[in-house]
Amino acid sequence: MAFLDRFRNPNLTFLAHPHPHSPDKPILKVEGLTVEYDSGAALDDLTFDLQRGERLAVVGPNGAGKSTLFKVIAGVLRPSRGLVEVAGHEPGGHICIAYVPQRTQVDWSFPATVADVVMMGRSGKLGLLRWPTHRDWQLVRQALDTVRLHDLADRQIQQLSGGQQQRMFIARALAQEAELILMDEPLTGLDSRAQDELFSVLELLHSQGVTVMVALHDLKIAGERFDRVMLLNRRLVGIGDAETVLNPAHLVDAYGSHLRLLPGVDGTLALGDSCCDDGDHDHV
Amino acid sequence: MFDVLLQPLQYPFMLRGMTAAVLVGIVCAVLGAYVVLRGMAFFGDALAHAILPGLAVGYLVGGGAREPLFWWAMGTAVVSSLGIGAVSRTARIKEDTAIGIIFAGMFALGIALISSVRSYTVDLAHFLFGDVLGVGIQDLLLTAIFGGLVLIVVFLFYKEFMILAFDPVLAATLRLPVRLLDNILIVLIAVAIVVSLQTVGVALMVAMLVTPAATAYLLTRRLWKMMGLAAAIAGVSAVTGLYLSYYFNVASGAAIVLTCTAVFVVVWAITSLNRRLRAVAR
Repeated sequence: MAFLDRFRNPNLTFLAHPHPHSPDKPILKVEGLTVEYDSGAALDDLTFDLQRGERLAVVGPNGAGKSTLFKVIAGVLRPSRGLVEVAGHEPGGHICIAYVPQRTQVDWSFPATVADVVMMGRSGKLGLLRWPTHRDWQLVRQALDTVRLHDLADRQIQQLSGGQQQRMFIARALAQEAELILMDEPLTGLDSRAQDELFSVLELLHSQGVTVMVALHDLKIAGERFDRVMLLNRRLVGIGDAETVLNPAHLVDAYGSHLRLLPGVDGTLALGDSCCDDGDHDHV
Repeated sequence: MFDVLLQPLQYPFMLRGMTAAVLVGIVCAVLGAYVVLRGMAFFGDALAHAILPGLAVGYLVGGGAREPLFWWAMGTAVVSSLGIGAVSRTARIKEDTAIGIIFAGMFALGIALISSVRSYTVDLAHFLFGDVLGVGIQDLLLTAIFGGLVLIVVFLFYKEFMILAFDPVLAATLRLPVRLLDNILIVLIAVAIVVSLQTVGVALMVAMLVTPAATAYLLTRRLWKMMGLAAAIAGVSAVTGLYLSYYFNVASGAAIVLTCTAVFVVVWAITSLNRRLRAVAR
């Protein structure tokens, strides 16, 4: 059955060759990244690095290109120009990048249990024509333990709350053995308790050296809960500490008329993205 | 009572027809799970209609011989299914519009070709609505072989097809060969349509793909259970439909499809009533 083995072995032939990682290289390196659609540039000349284990918040108005950026980093969308490297290699060859979709883009009535969805993450490692083994189910259970969903493993996915749904996708990323997790608007629609639970899971990932990029709307949370903040509006307005990046000049630059600047009691500015939380309107 | 059930079975054509209908029902129902989950019902319906010109040419070339028709249908189905994929990927129109244009055109071409033959109404009716009682041993064998192949491939790519149906972006980040898997699924649908041709015909084909799977979808929340349940519903409906067709003297394909539809309506009524009652109780 040598013929079949060619199909089975994920390291060979038409399952893309997973790249080796170069540990001395940053987990993510982006240089001059430009993405152009028929309607114009979605991303314009982005350059930045991400170190292993870093937590980066990506903020910007709707249509700023957050989803596009994530899809390029995930290797799902090809950039028009520029360079993207994950651990020193082109993203399209990695299976260690997990993309957590916006909740509104998921078919929650799909006939699958929580464990089924998490097991989907194992498929990259399993290879074609292979069925999950006992060890794979064990890894799924571990992943569910990590995100504190072990009790809900056999629930249909529709029965989960918003926060649980997000954590299920993180468990799927863990089952995938992802080292770079991209989360698209995970906080949308979550109450503050669910948000706290999500951040305690992200804390755990951080301690395990997993790198996380999170697109969000709440500038306050971006400043408080992340190592660095990226302000995006098709081009890179700023990246770094929240205090440096989220200054009024940058924010007006990024948000323009969408921004509300409200003077706070102690002289600071309360900042808000005035637009709705319905996600990016990028056309991919 | 037993007599009522056994009497039709003394005819070999009835037995063959029943076997074919059950086989076809199972194959279509299992594959239909993906058709339902991925919203490909229109594609399936259109593809079934698009086979007609292939059948017509085979019919004209073979001088009415039925044997080669299977292969003509198979060729046409595979070519047009892959063709529609290519067109919808490259053209600047939406996929369902592309399907509508191409497949309706193919259907018209089929009717035009067949109408050039004198005995056309009878033959056209067989193509459109099936002729399950005319199933021969040879047909049965082809149905079993190709139906079996479809089931095997569905089994082999179970987890990949599931990922593709649930989350195409995950499929891409796991570096699954998405395009190839999509094409395999499309070809499977084409093959399922061809093996069902004689049972229900091109016009009712989509019901075999969609109705039992949709019924099962209402009843379970796991994919493999949905497939199993859909297969069971389709098998029982096929047998029931043929009995009804025998005793009430109605067209067999229509009877099978109507039975599937009736099961769906009953299940749908019960499940929605159930949900409403539970909502009231809460």
